[in-house]
Amino acid sequence: MKSSVIVFPGSNCDRDIAVVLEKLQFKNTMVWHKETELPKSDLIVVPGGFSYGDYLRSGAIAAKSNVLSEVTAQANKGTLILGVCNGFQILIESGLLKGALLRNIGLKFISKNVFIKIISNKNKFCNKYKKDQVIELNIAHNEGNYFTSKDHLKELEDNDLIAFKYSNKKGEILNESNPNGSIKNIAGILNNNKNILGMMPHPERMADKLLSGEDGLDLFLSIMS
Amino acid sequence: MKFAVTVTLKKDVLDPQGKVVGQTIKNMGIKNLNQIRQGKFFEIEMNEKDSMKAESQVKEMCEKLLANQIIEDFKIKKAE
Repeated sequence: MKSSVIVFPGSNCDRDIAVVLEKLQFKNTMVWHKETELPKSDLIVVPGGFSYGDYLRSGAIAAKSNVLSEVTAQANKGTLILGVCNGFQILIESGLLKGALLRNIGLKFISKNVFIKIISNKNKFCNKYKKDQVIELNIAHNEGNYFTSKDHLKELEDNDLIAFKYSNKKGEILNESNPNGSIKNIAGILNNNKNILGMMPHPERMADKLLSGEDGLDLFLSIMS
Repeated sequence: MKFAVTVTLKKDVLDPQGKVVGQTIKNMGIKNLNQIRQGKFFEIEMNEKDSMKAESQVKEMCEKLLANQIIEDFKIKKAE
């Protein structure tokens, strides 16, 4: 499979993603944000980091970059798009995913491992996970507090577009297991066509036993299957 | 032609920074503070004599970049 990882000034998880993709034999290309063309890709990753120093709103400037027009065109053709952390913020700001990511409710940057529950596995990103499976991933963000309108929330729920929710180890979705104040504990969502996934937790940080875990690996294996 | 644009969170969106600022003001002894909401302020200078055109361009800036209309409202004021 062919993949592209988009790199903005301030991206810092781009190489981590590339290491995982290459380990899984993806033919990967790093694409600088000024590019106006993308190599043919089965998967485009918008990685985490602090694109443009989070000026204005996280992801707002990157969403207007040259390469994002191309990412949008590919997304509309059905190419798989994965946005992680700042990548999720960029997909939201570009309108590829709906809603908003506000400052964490406690106003603190949170970097820790959290438990997330697989809410939907009927999509190209999560089919290797079991429904309701609880996995442990790392989060590291200041603006991860997902918010959306009542109508869109209903649309997400009715169409099985909520991929992950923050939970405890037992899989209970509680206020105490919500690290950032996200509405309904949402940690990751899909678009209506289910070819775009945006998520705050970092699957690429948990894709090797030598690192802190392997719970993120199945996300990449799902994409390959 | 100059414009002043303010961008604030919508009323039903929680403003945790504004809350902390408000609490601090109360702690400073100003107890009659009712509410404070934090926002952003932009000074915009346009090379354009047609005020209708300039204003519609500032509106476009707000809608497409300066504000995220899902969570924020904006106000445009002509400065001169």
